[in-house]
Amino acid sequence: MMNPQLALYDEELSEIREVADRLHQDSRARTILIVDKNGQLIGSSGVDAELDTTSLSSLVAGNVAATGGIAKLIEEEEFTGQYHEGKEISVHMTIVARRIILVVLFDKNTTQGLVRLRVKKANEALTAIFDALAAKPRTQEEDVFKEITDEDIDNLFGP
Amino acid sequence: MSFINYSAREINCKLVYYGPGLCGKTTNLQFIYNKTRPESKGKMISLATETERTLFFDFLPLSLGEIRGFKTRFHLYTVPGQVFYDASRKLILKGVDGVCFVADSQLERMEANIESLDNLRFNLEEQGYDLDKIPYVIQYNKRDLPSAVPVEELRATLNTNSVPEFDACAITGEGVFDTLRALAKQVLTELRKGG
Repeated sequence: MMNPQLALYDEELSEIREVADRLHQDSRARTILIVDKNGQLIGSSGVDAELDTTSLSSLVAGNVAATGGIAKLIEEEEFTGQYHEGKEISVHMTIVARRIILVVLFDKNTTQGLVRLRVKKANEALTAIFDALAAKPRTQEEDVFKEITDEDIDNLFGP
Repeated sequence: MSFINYSAREINCKLVYYGPGLCGKTTNLQFIYNKTRPESKGKMISLATETERTLFFDFLPLSLGEIRGFKTRFHLYTVPGQVFYDASRKLILKGVDGVCFVADSQLERMEANIESLDNLRFNLEEQGYDLDKIPYVIQYNKRDLPSAVPVEELRATLNTNSVPEFDACAITGEGVFDTLRALAKQVLTELRKGG
């Protein structure tokens, strides 16, 4: 049995973006990333052009997967939070609704305490969004993929 | 597990290159990276030891173009091939959409191929996947080496289900894109069935 596909629509994405923006503002952090456990970036706030969010998302997911592996080995259910302290920038990661990673990059403009406090609130909001998404029936839009032809796929790869 | 973003009109899929140590998984990704236009690729990340053996994974994001108005993005991963990194391999298989098994054609690596393929099947099962049901291709790498076993023999041992198979020499790039193309096609075809 394959894992269920993650499908996101305008409605949820704008809700997720709202949560990210609010957390960005309230925590005074530099950047907020919302990444799925497989390393796909779902939403963000405060990302500047130089930040390689694709690489960052993949590495964050790898990091969380590795600590998840450690948790399993020592029979701990899950490490829900992680914190990496840097000289200039620190990273705070939290697992939300068991399948999403909320990443906060912050500097001396704020404190770890404030970040943790605001993350808690954002976690609740995101959990509600992803729980609702999981319960949501599939929509007509997904039929788009049923209409994909072999030719469409071949065209993707060129001659 | 593919991720479809209807808002940004994007499809994201995860492909994993699996195989015994030193079979050429990283070399496959390096060749793809070197031959892909800059606008279609992201940075290639290798979490490797000081001796350039893969420690955790290599990662390469690729954009293949649009299909029915949706951008298709493939995230290519390799696993560490060495036997004792099994815990890491399991983690990388999570959420996989398609697997390429890279076999080392050399006679002296046949046992390692068989062991790695068994390990792939077992680790997939542990995650709830069945190798016979997911998008899957085999690449016979290092065809250029003198000790390469005939393809018929590799096929009889490693490809009993006759999945798409490709001869390759990853260093020169022969067969590398054919392999990727076949796997990506299978993944997209699976998507059509409703994932």
